[in-house]
Amino acid sequence: MLLSNLESVPGHVIARHFGLVQGSTVRAKHAGRDLLAGLKNIVGGELKGYTELLEESRKEATDRMIAQARSMGANAVVNIRFATSNIASGAAEVFAYGTAVQLQAITPRPAPQA
Amino acid sequence: MELILYLAVTLVLGSIGFFFGRRAERRHFVQIHAQEQQLSELLVFTQKRLPSQMAVRKTELVVGSVVIAEDYFKRIVSGLRNLFGGRLVAYESLLDRARREAVIRMKSKAAALGASAVFNVRFETSTLSEDRPNALFCAEVMCYGTAVVTEDNP
Repeated sequence: MLLSNLESVPGHVIARHFGLVQGSTVRAKHAGRDLLAGLKNIVGGELKGYTELLEESRKEATDRMIAQARSMGANAVVNIRFATSNIASGAAEVFAYGTAVQLQAITPRPAPQA
Repeated sequence: MELILYLAVTLVLGSIGFFFGRRAERRHFVQIHAQEQQLSELLVFTQKRLPSQMAVRKTELVVGSVVIAEDYFKRIVSGLRNLFGGRLVAYESLLDRARREAVIRMKSKAAALGASAVFNVRFETSTLSEDRPNALFCAEVMCYGTAVVTEDNP
């Protein structure tokens, strides 16, 4: 499955268009991670536990989007966008959406002879 | 009595935040500068269209993200600043660090693929703070784009 946030993929033409596909996941912050975050509260800086948590959720959301695209018979998702929202205290929704398409490689034209 | 205790705790936490937070921020900026220098060969565009003369071998989605939190000193300063209004420099530098770190992470992933440029770069920022007064301010910044590997790159 080819993923891109461009409108089309260079070297390919869109043979079929399947429409919008999406995937989302809602994750709550882990208690253990929250404890460490509480300490980080004083000194600030990166919260590595949360970075990883959100990366995992983003992967999950992307995988769900890919699964939906695959079930439609697509071989690529283009124009992908991500969104994150804080839906409840301590829970975040990660959302990925894009357009499922079937791409066809353009056969490269032979280079002009000198 | 309670007020004195509260002020003492605030002062202690504020000074811990001031010293450690400052130090961490300075170190982070040094690290950011070094990595930006290292990755300066890789070009980043917000355009969607690739130049037609670019011989593209493959493209791939690359994402970089970071969750960053304020320190106690920044919280006190911004709390005071909220009374008068104006620039919140403490948060500006915090978000600047987060954005640049997210770009660096995205670019490192692109560099690992052997890409020469990243197109259509977009940013997403969201707050993850809990919904209660005095909650820690933390925000996630993510940066994503399409890494382009050209034919001449091995």
